[in-house]
Amino acid sequence: MTYQFDFGWMAEYWPVLLSGIRVTLELIAIGGVLGVALGIGCAWARALGPRWLRPVVSTYVELIRNTPFLIQLFFLFFGLPSLGINLSEFTAANLAMVINLGAYSCEIVRAGIQATPAGQYEAGASLAMIRFQVFRHVVLIPALQRIWPALSSQIVIVMLGSAVVSQIAAEDLTFAANFIQSRTFRAFEAYFVSTAIYLAMAILLRQMLRGVGYVLFPKKAVR
Amino acid sequence: MTEFTTWDILRNLLLAARWTVLLSVVSFIGGGIVGGLVLFARTARAVWLRRLAQGYIELFQGTPLLMQLFLAFFGLGLFGIDVPAWLAAGVALTLWTASFLAEIWRGCVEAIPKGQWEASSSLAMGYFQQMRHVILPQALRIAVPPTVGFSVQVVKGTSLTSIIGFVELSKAGTVVTNATFLPFTVYGFVALIYFALCWPLSKSSQILERKLNVAHRNH
Repeated sequence: MTYQFDFGWMAEYWPVLLSGIRVTLELIAIGGVLGVALGIGCAWARALGPRWLRPVVSTYVELIRNTPFLIQLFFLFFGLPSLGINLSEFTAANLAMVINLGAYSCEIVRAGIQATPAGQYEAGASLAMIRFQVFRHVVLIPALQRIWPALSSQIVIVMLGSAVVSQIAAEDLTFAANFIQSRTFRAFEAYFVSTAIYLAMAILLRQMLRGVGYVLFPKKAVR
Repeated sequence: MTEFTTWDILRNLLLAARWTVLLSVVSFIGGGIVGGLVLFARTARAVWLRRLAQGYIELFQGTPLLMQLFLAFFGLGLFGIDVPAWLAAGVALTLWTASFLAEIWRGCVEAIPKGQWEASSSLAMGYFQQMRHVILPQALRIAVPPTVGFSVQVVKGTSLTSIIGFVELSKAGTVVTNATFLPFTVYGFVALIYFALCWPLSKSSQILERKLNVAHRNH
């Protein structure tokens, strides 16, 4: 192998990488919170919601889970303008992430909700709680605690999947890597560095979510 | 300007979908073989082998598939090989699939009660004999549903290979859009074709899970 590795560009293009990292972090911060919120709403609708709503939510979940994120993104960004809905790159990317994570977290949260013993509902009702109170205090919190590890890995997967949003020119970390390689022709080095950054971000995000889990659920769940 | 009928669009997409299917099958089989090797390393007695496998899994699950595709595409080229897109796509997807399958299967192997290892060990079986005669036959039952479920991820993962220029369903979608200026219709069709490929797999994974679980309870 006669190829000479050259990371000399890094001094000059470091700000480009940094701004890419910032956009990726923004995407996953907004997408993570809204996506999980959507997922909890859908899980409620699917497990306990009104009967007419259940098939609607199921269709949404199945459609999203069985099509690639890239196509969902293209559909939102290129397809919707023909209906008169124009989204900016960042908005389309973030919306796609919310919709995607919403479907996956719906399934994860629902599994947690369905693991609630029937006696818990009855116990809640006997304490004169209304249905919403039972859902919030008795069902949802322990359910979230049970499925927190699975939910955390799904959030990390969505963060890694967000590399694709560079394809609609949302200026995330991958976009920065593409930009650098087109300027310096150092493709391997540019992608190598950004891959390492993604790996570090995935590890940090996982640790952070574990910390959030400890803060959100300090007590051991009563099973 | 040429007019395109809906059938023209659909026909071209379906023709390209063959490559999606082929690439999915090749990466799934390749990933299964490599994943099996990683599984053996991950559950081996030698600590360094386990660490190595763990590092491999961490690396491939902790980085975006898109980056792995880029690195395979540009990285293999450094060795002076002219890398066609299908080769880079196949290599990256195989390695990526292997890391997930190895981790799924490890869970299944670890779900086998420890007493099974000890019992077979007391019969003077070596590691490979234990795996072959005692552990894997039992682990296989629990491994089927999640493995089938993961195949959906592989099919969806192939869509990323369009970005390095492999012409499959997603790339065909882009090309047809550029020719017809009908992104809503074309990407709608593309999504439906992916759905038609993935949904039966998802569904059969769920059904298998239910079936094998029932059998499990009757033990």
